[in-house]
Amino acid sequence: MTGHGDILLFIEQRGGAVHPASRQLFAPAEHLARQWGRRVAACVVGAGAVGAAEQAARFGAEDILTVEHPCLEVYSPLLYSRAVCAAVEAARPAVLLLAATAMGRDLAPRVAVRLDAALVTDCFELSASGDRLRCRRSLYGGRLVATCEVPPGRLRIASVRPGVYAEPQTGSAAAPSVRRVQFMRQASDLRQRSRAVPRSSQGVRELEDADVVCAGGWALGSAKNFGILYELAEVLDAAVGASRAAVDAGYQPRSRQVGLTGKRVSPRLYMAFGIDGSMQHLAGMSGSKVIVAVNSRREAPIFQVATYGCVADLFTLVPLLTREFKATLKQS
Amino acid sequence: MVPDSAAPIRLREDGKDIDRAGVSFVCDPFDEIGIAQAIGLQETRRDVRETVALAIGPAGAREALWTAIGMGIGRGVHVCDAGLDMRDELLLARVAAAAVRADSERFDLILCGKQSIDNDAGEFGPALAECLDVPHVGAATHLELSDDGTRLTARRSGESADETVECSLPAVVTCERGLAEPRYVALTRLMRAKRSPIQVLTLAELGVSIRSEARCEVVSLDSPPPRPPCRMLEGTPEAMARQLVDLLRQEARVV
Repeated sequence: MTGHGDILLFIEQRGGAVHPASRQLFAPAEHLARQWGRRVAACVVGAGAVGAAEQAARFGAEDILTVEHPCLEVYSPLLYSRAVCAAVEAARPAVLLLAATAMGRDLAPRVAVRLDAALVTDCFELSASGDRLRCRRSLYGGRLVATCEVPPGRLRIASVRPGVYAEPQTGSAAAPSVRRVQFMRQASDLRQRSRAVPRSSQGVRELEDADVVCAGGWALGSAKNFGILYELAEVLDAAVGASRAAVDAGYQPRSRQVGLTGKRVSPRLYMAFGIDGSMQHLAGMSGSKVIVAVNSRREAPIFQVATYGCVADLFTLVPLLTREFKATLKQS
Repeated sequence: MVPDSAAPIRLREDGKDIDRAGVSFVCDPFDEIGIAQAIGLQETRRDVRETVALAIGPAGAREALWTAIGMGIGRGVHVCDAGLDMRDELLLARVAAAAVRADSERFDLILCGKQSIDNDAGEFGPALAECLDVPHVGAATHLELSDDGTRLTARRSGESADETVECSLPAVVTCERGLAEPRYVALTRLMRAKRSPIQVLTLAELGVSIRSEARCEVVSLDSPPPRPPCRMLEGTPEAMARQLVDLLRQEARVV
């Protein structure tokens, strides 16, 4: 049986390991597949595709397509969009899901244009409404939520916000079909070449792939003072974030800015230290599951979105938290 | 043009769009970075023939062009249409591609914001590149052109590493914060910009038809579900720290 009408997942992988945000695609995909009586299929691109394909099978993909070629080792939008299009043409799915990561956001529009598809990006909820795909996403920096519906009739592409859906349980692989999709390099691909440059991240995680974020504001006062957040982040395996004011003051690099004009994150736990919570900042983090706010001002707007709040001096509280977490995490 | 992010947002009565009456619209901050980058290239290189700002949308979109020209962009092109769904970025990309082709025989570099702060989708730039069949670099934080003006080198943040991207021109680059510092527009320059001619194109002239059926229908717009009220912790800093660690582990179960 060919997979016409399946839910196809684009699985992002690095060296054969499936990206956590791609694992989170299985929950909405299975929901849609059940509603519509379809299967979940997966496509994996690049070096290490075979290893990632095995994992995708254990997560529940019944049909797996791999696109392998030495030129696919490093992400390039020209190559990867052609690779995904090749997989879509082989699988003929009804819906293509991607994680709204840096790669997914970059890739999805090109694929949508090439395949003349409908596209909805950065959805935090996907469901079936009859034969329509119902998507919910944020607008205006999280100040509004849009519910949209995409009718069938053409390929529907949706990207899913990382950190919203839970990762699937690994089952035993039920011998899925694995197909290798033909892929040839074209002269026009040579117009672009990418190279990965490792980042000096001071030993803590990057904002994009952290489940926990420890963020600091202008109140930290200096780049050096951010050191206390790095110590806490290390204990929690967290990323360090910063408000726009802290970045503008030069305390942290731009790559660590969270907010409307910085990065949008939705981790499991977001801890804001000395951040007042301007509209600018809330737009970047108000989708986080649990928010902790530590601020010396009780009236700071950050407390309106926080789950737990402490009116306290952060320079006293942060080292205490680091010590307390260290002690309890060691016990468990 | 996007609603000023500091202004409150109200919904229209049918709940399918925001109420635009009385809302002040400003140039998108990410687009302003692209404008600044283009002006920077023009100031530092001799081979930049001209810089052009393109705006799509109803009559008011012209104000974004005045801002761009006031900042130092050479001229403005406005695809004026009141009926375009400004949320359909794939459609806007098709319109922009047609406008780029109609306006000049040759372009080398197209700069745009990595996303707009109202729609939050980020589809436009990569989609425009695909429509024009040129490479793109998404969310660039650094950009340089080769001495001979045929190639660019850009930096962007990938998932776990920075990427250095080299590509041939023509190309599309979408701008991340930090790429260039937005320019300040002096009031006198803005007033002068408002007198400069702007070329107006219509969809009919571009030969672009708006699809009859919507590919994606907005059913409703709502305020996000309210978060439960904040639980304020009390006591000495030591007590707060202990309590917080307990709550995060036992109640919220996130650590």
